[in-house]
Amino acid sequence: MGMALLIGTRKGAFLLRPSQGREGWALSRPHHFGSTVHHCVLDPRDGRTLLASVRTGHLGPTIYRSQDEGQTWSEAGRPPAFAKVEDAAQQRAVHHAFWLTPGHASRPGHWYCGTSPHGLFESHDGGASWDSVVGFTDNPDLQVWSEGSGGTPDGAKTHSILVDPRDAQHLYLGLSGGGICESRDGGATWAPLNKGVAMDFAPPGDHEYGHDPHCVVLHPQDPDRLYHQNHCGVYRLQRPDTTWTRIGDNLPRETGDVGFPIVVHPRAVDTLWVWPMDGTDVWPRTAPGGRPAAFRSRDGGQTWERQDAGLPQSAWFTVKRQCLATDQGDPLGLYVGTSSGEVFASLDEGASWSSIARHLPHVYSVEVAEFA
Amino acid sequence: MIVRLPSLLDRYTGGEREHEVPGETVAEGLAALEARFPGIRFRVVDEQDRIRPHIKVYVGQESIRDLDHPVASEAVQIVGALSGG
Repeated sequence: MGMALLIGTRKGAFLLRPSQGREGWALSRPHHFGSTVHHCVLDPRDGRTLLASVRTGHLGPTIYRSQDEGQTWSEAGRPPAFAKVEDAAQQRAVHHAFWLTPGHASRPGHWYCGTSPHGLFESHDGGASWDSVVGFTDNPDLQVWSEGSGGTPDGAKTHSILVDPRDAQHLYLGLSGGGICESRDGGATWAPLNKGVAMDFAPPGDHEYGHDPHCVVLHPQDPDRLYHQNHCGVYRLQRPDTTWTRIGDNLPRETGDVGFPIVVHPRAVDTLWVWPMDGTDVWPRTAPGGRPAAFRSRDGGQTWERQDAGLPQSAWFTVKRQCLATDQGDPLGLYVGTSSGEVFASLDEGASWSSIARHLPHVYSVEVAEFA
Repeated sequence: MIVRLPSLLDRYTGGEREHEVPGETVAEGLAALEARFPGIRFRVVDEQDRIRPHIKVYVGQESIRDLDHPVASEAVQIVGALSGG
């Protein structure tokens, strides 16, 4: 019962639980020790079903599920897998299951999974078996949209699978090296949604697809409000508009607006956080100037404030796209995991930070769970 | 045939590394293993029936990639290639 952080790392998953009124934190043993856990997510609909996307260097990808807060795990009987084809040039194999998203509140047991290489899969039985969402995974346009994604380190990723809380048929997702796309029919058909987004790694001009969103979020109280952190800036979109507005230009020039993660305040439509990284020169992807900080906006990205109290004054880690998370607290809690194996928390909406776990493997994801 | 497995697959077999299974090809041996230990085949062979890149399969002393490779009296050994970190 109660709250836990679900930490996916390069060498396993950990549960990090608050103790003594969040003055202290207790770290679990590693789960799936030695395997990479890209994402570990609790089903908010039952507060019980925990899924983890797991891969080892040798054995290929799978999904594990637990119903007892990670004490025991069972493997999916049919993990995400592409259709078998005879033409060797068309053969695809899932390298890793990258992203897990619980389905709509009205569809208990329904989950989505985004993979590398690009693929979208769904489960109707709480993660026990997975089928391709063929309207996406076998969409002939997919190869065209993601033509440039071969350069994504560790493989192109289908991520940021967003389900409109008002309409189970309305989905968004992000494709690294492919752009954002939208479906209004439960995944049967998709259309690119990238107008206004820069694409500095392509010749000048408007591009319908091929962009590189790093993380896309939808506000739970106003699902028409989207934000996204892109390879080329931070953006806001208010539907039904289809043109993104670059709000990252309002970040300090010396900081820039490149980063991986982005999160929203669950009760304030105009409040969001980003975690900028160095996208200059050869793209170190560490904090600009070696000074890690969150940046918060409370006006939809018109202005930003730096929040670094308690964070190291000199550090060279990277924060990946699944490594910044919020709880539902008031004041809101924020949690960030680093490539150097540390987790920082802020229990005052980013005003101050403290280290709550260290010496972990490279952190790949941080999620907040409220176990029933 | 005798199939020898690496520690990587202990979680499927309970740690038993040597198994006698029926079959005249590597594919048939893997199918028999899958029947005994559900899920094990997909960790070794991908959805296109290709041996995973970091897995090696030996029939006797010969490293093979073709699942239809015949197996007579040789032992089949599945190993994790030198990779990772």
